[in-house]
Amino acid sequence: MQRKRIRKAGFVSVIAMAFAFTAGAQAADVKKVHEKGLKPYEIVDGISIPKPLTDKPGDPKRGAKIVVKRKKGNCLACHKIDQLSDFPFHGNIGPELTDVASHMKDGEMRLRLVNPKVVNEDTIMPAFYRTEGLHRVMKKFQGKPVLTEQEIEDVIAFLKTLKASQ
Amino acid sequence: MPGIKHRMGGPVLSVLLAGAGLLALGTQTAQACEPCKGKYEVNGKKSGYLYSMPETQAMQDDDFMNPGTFWVEKGEKLWGVVEGEAGKSCKSCHGEPEKMRGVYPVYPKYDEKTKKLINIEQRINRCRTEQMKAKPWKWESEELLAMTALIGYVSRGLPVNVKVDGPAKPFFEKGKAFYFQRRGQLDMACKHCHIDYAGHYIRADLLSEGRAGGSFPTYRLKWQKLGSLHRRFKGCNKQVRAKPYKPGSDEYVNLELFVKWRSNGLPVEVPAVRR
Ligand code: HEC
Ligand code: HEC
Repeated sequence: MQRKRIRKAGFVSVIAMAFAFTAGAQAADVKKVHEKGLKPYEIVDGISIPKPLTDKPGDPKRGAKIVVKRKKGNCLACHKIDQLSDFPFHGNIGPELTDVASHMKDGEMRLRLVNPKVVNEDTIMPAFYRTEGLHRVMKKFQGKPVLTEQEIEDVIAFLKTLKASQ
Repeated sequence: MPGIKHRMGGPVLSVLLAGAGLLALGTQTAQACEPCKGKYEVNGKKSGYLYSMPETQAMQDDDFMNPGTFWVEKGEKLWGVVEGEAGKSCKSCHGEPEKMRGVYPVYPKYDEKTKKLINIEQRINRCRTEQMKAKPWKWESEELLAMTALIGYVSRGLPVNVKVDGPAKPFFEKGKAFYFQRRGQLDMACKHCHIDYAGHYIRADLLSEGRAGGSFPTYRLKWQKLGSLHRRFKGCNKQVRAKPYKPGSDEYVNLELFVKWRSNGLPVEVPAVRR
């Protein structure tokens, strides 16, 4: 799977491009995004959204349900997760997530969920927290993200528990 | 099937033995789609048949078991029915249905009269309104499905062969653009599922290459009936939460040409059976 640079046109309402300098280090590329009806967030270096979208910590149990439910995350449509083997039919389109917490930071997971097109412009994976730049959305889903900000945090809390063979 | 593994038991079928024994189409024997055998893969292109469960394939293979046969027979009956003010049936102008062999593989095609594409369903309805002076059949009506199935059936085994150059070119390009356009809340294009991930599982479904140019109308076990290609398009649009278009719309006819072009060379296998 090729990884492409950030697709600029994808962000309809990038508010500002800020260059924050940390003592002696290189400039971090911080991109603020604010789409209609969504909480604003910041993408750092095109790979991460380090800050949670809500103040309330995510709940891994609720997260697991969202991952399974077809009308919510339906992550199992594409990803195998051994810890959820009680639920049938895991797809094999995306990488297995059974050990994902061993190699991904929260912030990277958050960006993947919020808008994976930032990491791979051509990805099949849906953006779960987006309302703009979409085409012909069915009326009842217009202006709404697939998951709410709290649901995103719940899913991340669950993903953080995913470590193989413990 | 090399490369394609099935992991589920087939859905249980409660299908009537569709009109077994009634089929009496001229030279065609009421048996398997013999002319399609061994042709489901051509130049690396695979028909959805090869992504189907063996049980589903077996249903398609045997005309007595194939529930789609029921519609072919219904089409055969409608063929001779006089309707409309002109006092004609299809048969009055065309003779036996076998005369239609070779028609299905080349549609949709450019139509001088409307200066856009015309597909089989629209062609059938034009004959009804202009030649027969009868009412057009509604999209997805039993009658239109049946007649489309019959027109497909008599071309079984022939390679799909649509033209996409000349005046058809701009319509082909539109259909192609549709195929690569992300849409819906889930923001996916046809190509994501049917080009990038054909042969992968999306939840319980094995994704095919979507090369369905020779197989519709198809009997879908999920629908428990025959359905048009445009109905399938609608379903694929809705599953990514995109607003579908109307069956028979210019958008879908253009898309049909692109999908059918991707199937050029594969055999006509109407009525196909799919999950
Ligand atoms: C339609 C398919 C699809 C769905 C649905 C989907 N993903 Fe993905 N996901 C992918 C693909 C494909 C990749 C691989 C990289 C790419 O395409 O950018 C991926 C990558 C990832 C990664 C990065 C994994 C790694 O090891 O680098 C994570 C984490 C992830 N997905 C989580 C999720 C979660 C959580 C959900 C549901 C809320 C979800 N995905 C839904 C297709 C999907
Ligand atoms: C989210 C995944 C997904 C997307 C996006 C998608 N499809 Fe499908 N499509 C499927 C699945 C699953 C099936 C059933 C299994 C199969 O035949 O591939 C299917 C079946 C089909 C079939 C029937 C194939 C056969 O041999 O019977 C056609 C034709 C088709 N799709 C065309 C399209 C078109 C055109 C688009 C875009 C407008 C599209 N699909 C978008 C998942 C998708």
